[in-house]
Amino acid sequence: MSTTLALKMPLSLAQRYHRANLRRAAVLLLLGAALCLSLLWDIATGPSGLPLRDIVQGLLAPESLEVADRVILFDVRLPYTCMALVVGAALGLAGAQMQTVLNNPLASPFTLGLAAAATLGAAMAIVFVPVLPWLPVELLTPLCAFLMALLSTGLILLLLRWHGGGSHSLVLFGIALMFALEALVSLMHFLADSNALEQIVFWSMGSLGRASWPNVLLVAVTLLLCFGLAMRRAWALTLLRSGEAQAESLGVDVTRVRRACLVEVSLLTAVALCFVGTIGFVGLVGPHIARLLVGEQHRYFLPASTLCGALMLSLASIASKSLIPGLIVPIGIVTALVGVPAFMLLILGRRAAA
Amino acid sequence: MSLQITALSVQRQRRCIVEDVSLATPLAAGSLTALVGPNGAGKSTLIHALAGLLPSSGQLLLDEVPLSALPLRQRSRQVALLPQSLPQSVGLSPYELLLGGLLANGVGRCEAETRIDAVLRRLGLLALAMQRLDTLSGGQRQMVALAQVLARQPRLLLLDEPTSALDLRWQLAVLGAVGEDVRQRGAIGVIALHDLNLALRVCDRVLVLAGGRLQADGAPDAVLDAALLRRVYGISARIEPCSQGRAQLIVDQLLSETHLEVLPS
Repeated sequence: MSTTLALKMPLSLAQRYHRANLRRAAVLLLLGAALCLSLLWDIATGPSGLPLRDIVQGLLAPESLEVADRVILFDVRLPYTCMALVVGAALGLAGAQMQTVLNNPLASPFTLGLAAAATLGAAMAIVFVPVLPWLPVELLTPLCAFLMALLSTGLILLLLRWHGGGSHSLVLFGIALMFALEALVSLMHFLADSNALEQIVFWSMGSLGRASWPNVLLVAVTLLLCFGLAMRRAWALTLLRSGEAQAESLGVDVTRVRRACLVEVSLLTAVALCFVGTIGFVGLVGPHIARLLVGEQHRYFLPASTLCGALMLSLASIASKSLIPGLIVPIGIVTALVGVPAFMLLILGRRAAA
Repeated sequence: MSLQITALSVQRQRRCIVEDVSLATPLAAGSLTALVGPNGAGKSTLIHALAGLLPSSGQLLLDEVPLSALPLRQRSRQVALLPQSLPQSVGLSPYELLLGGLLANGVGRCEAETRIDAVLRRLGLLALAMQRLDTLSGGQRQMVALAQVLARQPRLLLLDEPTSALDLRWQLAVLGAVGEDVRQRGAIGVIALHDLNLALRVCDRVLVLAGGRLQADGAPDAVLDAALLRRVYGISARIEPCSQGRAQLIVDQLLSETHLEVLPS
């Protein structure tokens, strides 16, 4: 009798909220599981035809593989797959924060001109490399891309400090700066010889082909650091979603949160961009997919967006190796091809369920 | 508890929006004060300055402690503002919004859950607690924002047009709940209002602001008279007792602008 009564007792608000959070945690777990499968599939995909069984065996006991297979697995495929994982995660996390602090669903890590700045940096390195022969181009290109991306953010922050204003001013500054940087990229195109021009265009397409363990490690460490910082601000960002005035009235220092997020997003994006070039779409759509799946409570939204970004880029990586047999299509081209159908399916599925 | 305002001025973009506002007597604990005046009078600016969200000159003493000396976080624990803008239509539930607001202001998890339950129950919002804000109407979102302010149990409540999106029933219910909360806890409530009948009905004191200056201060039925309404609002109106004995405002007609003695800033 008492059991029946207990079963009929309506749940308290706290219990219902707890249940909602359990559902979100389950979604995060599912995303994590899907990501693991996708990573495994990505490792198994490649022109050398290494079977999945050998890959699993090689991952568990590397000495069981022949030297050539070991090199393919550990020096080619794994860095490539891990780069897709960390760069996708970084772009997903950066995009989620940008959309919140700019209060704009169209915002992405590149909204404030970071991609254009990084491309300009890379283009300058490629065009002017004969002038600086003591620096290897493999090091100079990412370094210039990174520094230029940070410089553009510094400029935006300076403008914001000088002019004041909220998210609208910030977006306008970013768009203006992006046009100026794109003009400079065009100037680089004009100055470059045919070989350099080809390199610039290829760099700006985005490619995981430049992945190596030190690069992966650097992006991973930056990602972990920025993820920790973002999660510390999760409640402030959640309150900011309800409106700037609302958040301010609750004691959230909106200007400070926005500035801190911009610095962190710039660092995250610049580190990711400088090794792989421009990979669009992930930072824009990843957060939207996460929002559809777990809502906008940032303690769940930020991890979900990070996982969605990683999953999207991992799937794009598989597609980039599978679309044309024997050829790896630059991943920047593939991201939209994989992301758009997935995103549309989610929206349509949600509408059908409503 | 008391709130004393002395020589408060606020400038925005080199324009003086609120000028030299001083109260003869402090706002008392357990009292509800209406801040009324025509559009552009400086009501919202004054409310935001009281909340510490706009730089101001002059003195604001809450229980003899200057509010300007408190850091933003500490100030927001004592002073809660309901902004005029509604919470955005986003994928957050009212429960999450209230919980976030309380946790951000240093309230413990258990205490926060108890407070949220009580305030949503009091405002009749329990059924909406887990719905997403983007499925609620403007009025419901305004109620959620008000619930957030009440749940924080601040010493000073500043409400900027809290009934702008509400129907008649909820206007009375909301202001009734605010009055009850303020009186029970001995807090101080200041509400910017356009509806003078609501001010007459629920408030203990009224501050009339026009052109950024304080035009009148006192009990609503003593301060709001035909001469003041003509001077400040440019209308011909009377304050008369209704059948229930309460004072009520009856507007006769709109007068030409020449009757306005205080032009909007």
